[in-house]
Amino acid sequence: MQISMSVNGNEVTRDIEPRVLLVHFIREELGLTGTHWGCDTSNCGTCVVLMDGQPVKSCTVLAAMADGHEIRTVEGLASNGALDPVQQGFMEEHGLQCGFCTPGMMLTARALLDKNPHPDDGEIRQAISGQICRCTGYATIVRSVQWAANHPVGSAATGDAADPSEAEEVTA
Amino acid sequence: MQIPAPFDYVRASDVDNALALLERHGPESRLVAGGHSLLPMMKLRLARPEWLIDINGLAELDFMVREGNVFRIGALTRHTTLLESPEVARLFPIVTDAEQVIADPVVRNRGTIGGSLCQADPAEDLSTVCDVLRAEAVIRGPAGERVVAMDEFHRGPYETAVGQNELMSELRFPIRPRSSSAYEKVERRVGDWAVAAAGAAVSLAADGTIEESSVGLTAVGLDGTVAGIGDLLGGRRPDEDLFAEAGRIAAAACEPVADQRGGIDYKRHLADELTRRVLRRACARASEEQEG
Repeated sequence: MQISMSVNGNEVTRDIEPRVLLVHFIREELGLTGTHWGCDTSNCGTCVVLMDGQPVKSCTVLAAMADGHEIRTVEGLASNGALDPVQQGFMEEHGLQCGFCTPGMMLTARALLDKNPHPDDGEIRQAISGQICRCTGYATIVRSVQWAANHPVGSAATGDAADPSEAEEVTA
Repeated sequence: MQIPAPFDYVRASDVDNALALLERHGPESRLVAGGHSLLPMMKLRLARPEWLIDINGLAELDFMVREGNVFRIGALTRHTTLLESPEVARLFPIVTDAEQVIADPVVRNRGTIGGSLCQADPAEDLSTVCDVLRAEAVIRGPAGERVVAMDEFHRGPYETAVGQNELMSELRFPIRPRSSSAYEKVERRVGDWAVAAAGAAVSLAADGTIEESSVGLTAVGLDGTVAGIGDLLGGRRPDEDLFAEAGRIAAAACEPVADQRGGIDYKRHLADELTRRVLRRACARASEEQEG
């Protein structure tokens, strides 16, 4: 079957089998390997992408179900060479160690801040409670999201400070 | 890598179309909404439908509306929508309590109330919620619409009154004066199934005594509501001794099985303690309602 969707602002159309899961469509059909594939059982949350602005676990969504929708992956966080404040926050506050859970964590954080620009620590913990990090103990992730909340897009401390090579490191 | 067996996929354009597609493709076709129960089963090949009929686009099933003393919730309403509704929190705080502990926030963005009820997992929370609120399920099929009470809706684990060629379209919740409700679950971690959970709904008389009450248990082998609670509490003033007595009845009524989430004694203890807590909270909320 043929499906079309917007991925990070680009229209894509592909012929796929109906059983293809969104995570595999993104990684294998589109080559966007920033979205990670982990537990395969909608528990770990590393495969989280935004569908129409809402975090979803892409291992438990069919690519066919995303037909006609807007998908945003970790590759779509930075714009015009400037890191999203969430990405910058994960760098500033050491929100990652191995980086496996990071794409999903950052997309959930982006959706949280879009809805609630000044969450308290409890609200951040609640938002990421369906996602597993085995390195950080979550404390630095919460601090990273708070950093982003305190440095929204357009504020002086984001964007310009980002070195493009560091950007690749965060999203790879 | 878990990949479902091959199937054909079609999007329904409205409820009538979904019913026609079920009729056309027969017993090997399944409806899919949020997909967070069905897709994992398909990935494990525990379910192998030949046709998936996607009803995510059916806006006519995605609504919440109060009509007189009935609150109608469309089957396609997402868990997140229920959780964030101030009207639901005011009328049926048990729904908000339960939604806070159903799966996790990301899964709740996709999962639906209709999907949860129709999956009918024995450890699923909203079945207990609907039982104690005495909700009715509206089922649409080739012969039209029928409305069934919860005790008729539940047929056992993974089995409901919804036939293969039918679709649950909405749930109807009666709104009662001086009433409130509560839910509490013990789980090992966010997103896990309940070790045990309890829900309660109460209505108070004008003098503050309990008029009607209902307690349900999740994941401990009890179908429907706990027998005898309504009679025990009826006409009595809410107090700790009464809640303790109700807890003992609930613990005796359930039939938990030992598994990796806990032993039988522990689960019975939870049935007792959680029954006390939800009755206590439901009565406190109802009396606030009365004063307010």
